[in-house]
Amino acid sequence: MTWIWANLDLIWDRTLDHVVLSVPAIVLSFIIALPIGWLAHRYRASRGVILTVVGLLYAIPSLPLFIILPIIVGTSTRSPLNLVIALTLYGVALMVRVVADGLASVDLDVRQSASAVGFSTWTEFWQVELPLSGPVLLAGLRVVAVSTVSLATVGAVIGVQSLGSLFTDGFQRGIQAEIIAGIVATVVLALVFDALLVYAGRLLMPWTRSRAATTVTDNAAGSVSTAATPASENRSREIAR
Amino acid sequence: MNFFAEALQWLVDPANYVGLNAIPLRLAQHLGFTVVTLVIASAIAIPLGFLIGHTGRGRSVAVASAGAFRAIPTLGLLTLVALSIGIGLNAPYIALTVLAVPPILAGAYTGFEAIDRRTIDAARAVGMSEVQIVRQVEVPLGLPLLIGGLRSAALQVVATATLAAYVADFGLGRYLFAGLKTRDYAEMLGGSILVILMALALEGLFALTQRFVVPRGVLAGRPTDIRTRSSRPRPVMESAIEEGQKNVHSK
Repeated sequence: MTWIWANLDLIWDRTLDHVVLSVPAIVLSFIIALPIGWLAHRYRASRGVILTVVGLLYAIPSLPLFIILPIIVGTSTRSPLNLVIALTLYGVALMVRVVADGLASVDLDVRQSASAVGFSTWTEFWQVELPLSGPVLLAGLRVVAVSTVSLATVGAVIGVQSLGSLFTDGFQRGIQAEIIAGIVATVVLALVFDALLVYAGRLLMPWTRSRAATTVTDNAAGSVSTAATPASENRSREIAR
Repeated sequence: MNFFAEALQWLVDPANYVGLNAIPLRLAQHLGFTVVTLVIASAIAIPLGFLIGHTGRGRSVAVASAGAFRAIPTLGLLTLVALSIGIGLNAPYIALTVLAVPPILAGAYTGFEAIDRRTIDAARAVGMSEVQIVRQVEVPLGLPLLIGGLRSAALQVVATATLAAYVADFGLGRYLFAGLKTRDYAEMLGGSILVILMALALEGLFALTQRFVVPRGVLAGRPTDIRTRSSRPRPVMESAIEEGQKNVHSK
């Protein structure tokens, strides 16, 4: 405990490093996954190809990716940019499937009604499909946020500073309190992101609030049962690395 | 691209196929570790998951803990256990078993939950005992999702076993950490390629198994393509009262 009180500054600095790494990755993966997920949803041929590629991408273990990526894109191994790109790739890999599932969850009657009253494909996507698939997207994004925060710690072993540095430093110097502080800070940060996303979801999708009240208690720790089917729930558990 | 050529050279260099640091030995260590961890985790998670899935009790606890586990950084858990019980293989075994349990548990109980309740009621109605229902109905039908859970657990263990080399002299991760220390890109990259190939091979193997264990005539576990549904999906024969109770049923 004394270590923690004496090093609050250090923990705070690493937390900020961690935020700088994970927030861009979460935001970028959502933005990039939207068009790819739409493509996977729209055409059957592209669906198979995209979902397979994305599944394989997600299967790549993090540490080897952190090492190979800089050689491919030409950044330095220890650069935070390298880590942000890798985390974004994992986020996209998760989110594409969620976007495809979310768009597919929109009732066909509603989509047909939208085109019947004259929406173009473009406006129908932004004004009908995207808002209606919002709850599924939110559930997926929460998973992406929590797993990104957790995964960013691995960067510490290749020398990118984050809350993970508390693990490597604590391990090398034999300070148990430092590792525990790192774990707690990581989990707390993940929960803060999760809570912020839930709050943002309520602001952006006020019509889900009455339903949200029942699902949130069910999902307090960031699960995705709102993603409807047990199959997709199980799939999104693949994040847990 | 130069680096990749060097890495390939490293992969076929006969010097890397002898002694304690030989590639086949490291591969075997990595794979053996993964298999043992999965077996231990399955022994804990599968019976528990079946119990939760069959009785429906403790589901919310399982969901909440699976979510919480996802937030726990694997590296933190690994270093913490290693620091508490000492450097060596025991720490990775404990840490990785803890990490592998939630996905397998989720696979086991979601597999049971995905089964149409009417199928289970029918089994009960024809006089099957609870044990028979579990063995002959729920386990076969839930198997694809259970394999799915094992698949994500396996991926996670292979990935984290690489990190385990940080606390023990073991597995393919050794090449990555040794390469990082000595700035030997060929070794680092060669090791990374081996880990990725192993992960992809396991992924493929599990994907195939998942297809093969689907009982004939049943498509549970395969993603249903929503686009193939007719444009009028709502059945018309349900009475208004039943329609109103739909939400109650699906809860």
